[in-house]
Amino acid sequence: MRTTDQIIDFCQELYDDMDFAAAKAWKEAAPGRKVIGYMPVYVPREIIHAGGMLPLGILGGGDNLEVIHGDAYYQSYICRIPRSTIELAITGRLDFVDGMLFPSICDVIRNLSGMWKMMKPDVYVRYFDVPQNYLDDVGGTYYAEELRELKRGLEALIGREITDDAIRQSITLYNDNRDLVNEVYALRATEPWKAPAKEVYLLMRAGMVLPVEDHSALIREYLAAAAANDRPMRDNCRIILQGSFCEQPPLGLIKSIELAGCYIVDDDYMLVNRWLTDAVPADGDPIDNLADAFIKHSTDTAAKYEPDGSRKGKYLVEAVKDRAAEGVIFAAPSFCDPALLDRPMLANALSKASVPYISFKYAENSGQMQPIREQAGTFADTIKLWGEA
Amino acid sequence: MKCFIGIDLGSTTTKAVLLDEAGDVLGRGITNSRSNYATATAVAKQEARTDARLTLFRRHFDDALVAGDPQAVINGLELAIKREHFVKQLADLKETCISHIPADAGGVADALDEVFSRLGDEADDLFAPGAERKSDFFRDLAGAKFMQIGEQVTKDAGLGFDTVLNLYDKSIIEVENRPPEGGVRSSFTDALAHVLENAPEIEVDETKVGDAVSAAVDVDLEETYVVGTGYGRVTLPFPKEHIRSEILCHGLGAHVMYPDTRTVLDIGGQDTKAIQVDPDGVVENFQMNDRCAAGCGRYLGYIADEMNMGLHELGPMAMKATKSVRINSTCTVFAGAELRDRLSLGEKREDILAGLHRAIILRAMSIISRSGGITDQFTFTGGVANNGAAVKELEKLIEENYGEVTINIDPASIYTGALGAATFASREVIH
Amino acid sequence: MSTQSQNVTSDDGVVKEASMLKQKAMIADNYEKLTSAPETGAKVAATYVPGNLNELIMCFDMLNNLPEINAIQNGMRKKSGAMITDAEKMGHSEDVCTYVKADIGNMAKGSIAPNGKPLPVPDLLLLSYTGCFTFMKWFELLRDQYGCRTTMLHVPYAADGNTTQNMRDYVVKQLKEDVIPALEEVSGVKFDIDRLREHLRHSAAAEDDVVWVLESGKNLPSPIDAYFGGVYYIGPIFTAFRGTEAAVDYYRLLRGEIEDRIAKELGPVTPDGEPVEEKYRLVVEGPPNWTSFRDFWKMFSDEGAVVVASTYTKVGGVYDYDGFRHDPNNPLESLADYCLGCYTNRNLPTRVDMIEKYMDDFQADGFLVNSIKSCNSFSAGQLMMMREIETRTGKPAAFIETDLVDPRYFSPANVKNRLESYFQMIEQKRRGGGPAKAA
Repeated sequence: MRTTDQIIDFCQELYDDMDFAAAKAWKEAAPGRKVIGYMPVYVPREIIHAGGMLPLGILGGGDNLEVIHGDAYYQSYICRIPRSTIELAITGRLDFVDGMLFPSICDVIRNLSGMWKMMKPDVYVRYFDVPQNYLDDVGGTYYAEELRELKRGLEALIGREITDDAIRQSITLYNDNRDLVNEVYALRATEPWKAPAKEVYLLMRAGMVLPVEDHSALIREYLAAAAANDRPMRDNCRIILQGSFCEQPPLGLIKSIELAGCYIVDDDYMLVNRWLTDAVPADGDPIDNLADAFIKHSTDTAAKYEPDGSRKGKYLVEAVKDRAAEGVIFAAPSFCDPALLDRPMLANALSKASVPYISFKYAENSGQMQPIREQAGTFADTIKLWGEA
Repeated sequence: MKCFIGIDLGSTTTKAVLLDEAGDVLGRGITNSRSNYATATAVAKQEARTDARLTLFRRHFDDALVAGDPQAVINGLELAIKREHFVKQLADLKETCISHIPADAGGVADALDEVFSRLGDEADDLFAPGAERKSDFFRDLAGAKFMQIGEQVTKDAGLGFDTVLNLYDKSIIEVENRPPEGGVRSSFTDALAHVLENAPEIEVDETKVGDAVSAAVDVDLEETYVVGTGYGRVTLPFPKEHIRSEILCHGLGAHVMYPDTRTVLDIGGQDTKAIQVDPDGVVENFQMNDRCAAGCGRYLGYIADEMNMGLHELGPMAMKATKSVRINSTCTVFAGAELRDRLSLGEKREDILAGLHRAIILRAMSIISRSGGITDQFTFTGGVANNGAAVKELEKLIEENYGEVTINIDPASIYTGALGAATFASREVIH
Repeated sequence: MSTQSQNVTSDDGVVKEASMLKQKAMIADNYEKLTSAPETGAKVAATYVPGNLNELIMCFDMLNNLPEINAIQNGMRKKSGAMITDAEKMGHSEDVCTYVKADIGNMAKGSIAPNGKPLPVPDLLLLSYTGCFTFMKWFELLRDQYGCRTTMLHVPYAADGNTTQNMRDYVVKQLKEDVIPALEEVSGVKFDIDRLREHLRHSAAAEDDVVWVLESGKNLPSPIDAYFGGVYYIGPIFTAFRGTEAAVDYYRLLRGEIEDRIAKELGPVTPDGEPVEEKYRLVVEGPPNWTSFRDFWKMFSDEGAVVVASTYTKVGGVYDYDGFRHDPNNPLESLADYCLGCYTNRNLPTRVDMIEKYMDDFQADGFLVNSIKSCNSFSAGQLMMMREIETRTGKPAAFIETDLVDPRYFSPANVKNRLESYFQMIEQKRRGGGPAKAA
């Protein structure tokens, strides 16, 4: 059995690899294999998997990718993830990707789907729209049909039917994976010194590029190894990180927050692996089940509409309670409409519940960690000093 | 002779270029930009005209020379003429200062006399062959010296420096904004006499020298057409038809210098331009970053200040780097903070500087990308083009992203806009 | 009858024709109605220009308050800057849409309308989520602050360049199950589909004239400026008047004025009333700047640059490209199709196709993008669109960057520099013969 260090080193390699060697190797291992890239924030990976394809999470170029050509596509007041994603495409790193899905997270990613169509006319491109109406026969019906359209599109790509049975099997696998992810998050929330933020992050990033079966095995391995560790508990305060669901912060930022004295007991990085809050039933019509799960059991986030004004921000307050957090750090990418527009309302809900918070912005290639350390550190101190009051 | 003049009113300096009928550059002039645009234009133009006459003189002087180094004569002539102008403006400054002396100021007139007398003495040293001057602009030369000498003199005289300083402040703008006087022939002959007197090793044929002087001085430099450029100004001192956008001037100027150029990058003091030109030098596409000075000349200025170095020392130090330090932001506001942060982390100055230079060029690559990328040949203009470390990073990035491209850099690239304007002027007439 | 004698200089510094005055009166009248709602007991709905279901709102005797229009009015009156700083002090990010911040800042200070009286808090926020993500958050923010009743209409994005039956059904169902019941409840008026049909008949009639007006730009010279002047032309059809007889009348009047200009071979109206000699015909993409509207307009008209077609004049509905008209025979489906077809709800390839068609049909000399810092819906992808249009048409393109209502993002020197460079570029190209036109 590998140690946590060995497992995380493996994950780090996957994270650093902007050439996606692992995904390429998977594709080359058998004929006819296809890779479907997807961007944040949520796509039903079950359907892709059921077609024998690899869902590949594309989260931009990170802080090691210099953007030269991507800047020709975006003005300076737009976030970095679309330009680094285009950089990946232009430099040929995504040539092996057969399809791209762009979820309805914001207008920048929305328009990027159209740009991708023009840049790569031979690739299957789909803007993945989800309903903002949560009535079964309205949003639910609409969404089920959207899922069927997606399925048909993928079927055309692989030249064969994606059967209901296949989807059911995939649903089971992803249910399993989701449970394991939740286990890791639960471990980190209850005993954060056993699952440092950077390790959890890299473990989850691995889930973006590995086949789900492999990822689930990896998580199991990590949980066992983490239990075997004897790591010291620190006198850190407990915070929830909110707003980083799309353009990812540099690893250095995540480390800095913990170094500055904050345990991250929950976050919204890579929501795709915890989007559905309950297991999806594996019997019956799988498409209807997935649609139903989305309508009734989705997590809350900025890209979603809250139909009940009195509930706006409640999910965050509840998360604070569930995870026994002491404060919230709003960390949003610069220019991120969803995160920045939502923030005042979430902050409002926190204020009403007397939960302290701070906020700052980052870019995926932010280099200056000093201000982050200072802010997070001061926040941690404030919580400790006045937490009792 | 028909001449075509281009004037570029930049944010820091005003440049003038004078072309002859054949389209060759006869003269170039530069001066510091000032509040009266018409005067800045006139001064730059005058400098260019003087330079043109020197060029004409030189063309004929080779015939007249019997023994000695002709370059030494030309240099000496240039210096002598500059000295002439300096002395004239000094006299103007003195008169103007005196005119502003308040009625009850005792002893100030005497002090001023002393100051200007000493300043006059400096003139020879300032313009001696091989002398290093920080700047050729009157304001810079006179100002620095005035402060130095003024402080000493007033101290000795038991007066407050303030009174004298106030007089200077009141007068310098007036003097600067007074249009320059003509009188070419006498300046030339006096200057030439002065040079030849002090250079016994130079032997000349007197008659032929006279011819050379005539060729330089008697010819009427007819200002057949003048085109001006420069932005950010409500009105330029030219009629509307005589104004061209500085982007077009810059593109055409680069084309004149390098006829096969297709992409031009200019990193100026406070903005960056990427320009695509067609085979005739007409602009096809351009992108500017004019809302933010990050990565421009000013940024380097701030860095130099933070590091207590001269601007010209940054490049050479960066070239000594042994490691790459990634700097992700060229924001001028945070330049100091980023620098201190890195130093405190133990990074070496030369490595940080190399990283900074790369960051500047990366930013320029973005603008270039937006304007349509790089098409062979590529011309790099502006102050930053004289920075070896910046050029090195640029060469690397171009090779990585665009392959083999010819990169053109001219040390006189500051005149690119004015050259383009002058070319527009000539195209208006010669077509 | 010369319209010159009826020209008046209004308080945004622009000399106006009769039709402009009429629409100014219509807007003023609407503001009067809105600000007197507390007295008259009229119920007020707020909604957005893209996806504006004005005809439906009128069925319930409700008034239509459009926060975007309020932001524009404040922008043109140079009041938005202070409102935005207020909103930022309240915790709203510098990075987000300045319409939203202007609205929040305005509401925080009593929501004063152009007539100097306070606008009431809307009785219903009709969140027409059409073509712009920020819309969703905007009304969530207002609801959060003022506790307004809100109803959501999610209009799916036409990502593949077409609208599907699934999309249409989804929108219609929302109308039936959410939007109409909410309107009924708030207004106390029962929905009568025949009233809606009647309004849609008027809409269709006006839309015919709208298209005629916009297409008049094809004339040489163009009798209209389809961007700056266009802003006045689209007022009634995009705001509280589509579906009314007043709008039908307005467009008939406007059409007459333009027919007159064509007959006299006159160019468009300009801000200072001076005639413009058409030197450059442009197609423009993107919303205009409002805080320096008149000065911005002058930078074009002073150089003889006339905008013959624009995409902004399609932001509240596209009637020319695929001939859409509101259809009284299929009222709810028609409302759905209207929403789905608004410009910012179209995918990027379609937008490029539309612009290419404008470039050809309107014989444009060049393409210009006014990229708005606030608006990712328009802006994200414009650089690619620009290059694509250059490639397809062989005509030169220019790119300037400004904002909607934040004066800090409009730099006159920079904009003028880029514009002048661009016009001179076109001029130089003309003289040199220019590149061969794309086949």
